[in-house]
Amino acid sequence: MSGIALQARAVQAELGGTEVLHGIDLALAAGRWTSIVGPNGAGKSTLLKVLAGLLPHRGEVRLFDQPLGQWSGRARAQALSWLGQGGASEGAADDLTVYDVAMLGRVPHQRWLAAPSGADRAAVECALRSTQAWDWRDRPLGQLSGGERQRVLLARALAVEAQLLLMDEPLANLDPPHQADWIATARALADAGRTVVSVLHELNAALAADALVVMTGGRIAHHGASGDEATHAALREVFDGRVVVHRIGQQWVALPH
Amino acid sequence: MTQTGGQRRRALMFGATLAALAALLLVVGAGIGSSGFDSVLAARDDAVAWQIVRDIRLPRTLGAWLAGALLGLAGALAQGLFRNPLADPYLLGSASGAGLGVAVALALFGASPAATHWVLRLGLTGAAFIGAVGAVLLTLALARGVQQTLRLLLAGVIVGVVLGAITDLLTIASADVLQALQGFMLGSTGLLGWDACAVMAACGALCLAAGWALAPVLDSLALGEATARSLGLPLGAMRAALIALLALATGAAVAQTGLIAFVGLASPHLVRSVVKTTHARLVLLSALMGGALLMAADLLARWLIAPQELPVGVVTAVLGGGYLLWLMHRRARSELR
Repeated sequence: MSGIALQARAVQAELGGTEVLHGIDLALAAGRWTSIVGPNGAGKSTLLKVLAGLLPHRGEVRLFDQPLGQWSGRARAQALSWLGQGGASEGAADDLTVYDVAMLGRVPHQRWLAAPSGADRAAVECALRSTQAWDWRDRPLGQLSGGERQRVLLARALAVEAQLLLMDEPLANLDPPHQADWIATARALADAGRTVVSVLHELNAALAADALVVMTGGRIAHHGASGDEATHAALREVFDGRVVVHRIGQQWVALPH
Repeated sequence: MTQTGGQRRRALMFGATLAALAALLLVVGAGIGSSGFDSVLAARDDAVAWQIVRDIRLPRTLGAWLAGALLGLAGALAQGLFRNPLADPYLLGSASGAGLGVAVALALFGASPAATHWVLRLGLTGAAFIGAVGAVLLTLALARGVQQTLRLLLAGVIVGVVLGAITDLLTIASADVLQALQGFMLGSTGLLGWDACAVMAACGALCLAAGWALAPVLDSLALGEATARSLGLPLGAMRAALIALLALATGAAVAQTGLIAFVGLASPHLVRSVVKTTHARLVLLSALMGGALLMAADLLARWLIAPQELPVGVVTAVLGGGYLLWLMHRRARSELR
């Protein structure tokens, strides 16, 4: 798929009465992996929520060139999968099994009250295997560690099999090997023509994306390819010159400094 | 199916066990009373014994099961809907609201809570339902949402106390109602007849079917509000439907048996301690558990100080209060670890 997957025009949003996004203009190319980075409080998560249609906002958001508001809830949920930060951390989902949690990703595809179809089961198995969570499918979420839990929630988001995946801090609590696995998954999805948007604190993972959106103070400071010198300059700028970007082998790495 | 076969089998076995327990308790319940188990044995030949069993003991025992099932169901719905393990019809104030609804209906129309005609029972159930809806909405408004456990519980307790006080005022103002309501407000299964059973069974069937249909919403909500919305679910409408169901289940139980505490709180917890499952099964199992609990409590209430009997609400309050304390103790310990 080519063209623009998600577009924001003059988007403003408030949290608790304070404006945290000030006129965002952004166009995210389809079939690419884009990372949103920036210091704490830059408005990254808020932007992701607005793009997913989960937060009231002013301005316009278009999903596959159609205003978000014109999508039915179900069609939008099939086209766009969203993974939030710590959604299940309150413990309300502790009694659901890993398999049941991943199966929730199939809700947008299922008829009301219908039993899961073969396609649903296949998607759930595929998603759980891709995050190495398949072996615990019968265990309740409450018995898992933070990182294991995150892999299950990731599988839930993958099980939607949406064209567009929005993920907020997908690497939270993941150990280095599983971070590398997640990067490979995101890369594979983009290579298969899906669009991936991830908010990341981990700059090295973010630099593995095709493009970076650098945010600060509720605005977009820069949007460019992750290998561009201008993008690296923008990173240095928003982090007060406290990071340097180097090339090591095939990948870019950002080091604190 | 192999994927979640373990938990599914466990849920099935547990459900069958609870149903068998209920059947056993029903037989025991038919045998407890002033004329003892002899009435059951003599029922085939003796018309009076048969009448005692058929018109007094069976509807009462079955009614206790139905009321317990309604409360267990309401508890499972409340805990899922508010994502709060301490939510229950009693603590949310909805039971007090239902009680007030009944008291208002009695004061206005001069009916008796012992009325046996099903139209009256349905009218009282309607009044209880309206009271329960009002109380839940009031609690939610005071707590400004469901996010904070402490706020929600405090608001529920406040609403419960205030509505309870208004009920008391009403009963003092009208001596007839006072007489009629006194036993009722303690929670009693002594007045249950077949008409009450019919009303509870109808409401229970409706709530169970609708609760089962809405259970996927509760599963999604467990992952957080935003995730549930990202799955394309019309949360507003479904929440309203779930609150209506919660109020109907509470109202139907309270209108027939008065205020019975803790069955709604304890049932889902007991189920979850045995089997980890989705809300569709949790709702069903909690209803079975609540039924068995209240039936057992009713037998205790009839048997403990026989030939006199305790109001069953007193029994559940003592047992349920102890359970709640134990639960708090266990949570505190697991948080320390």
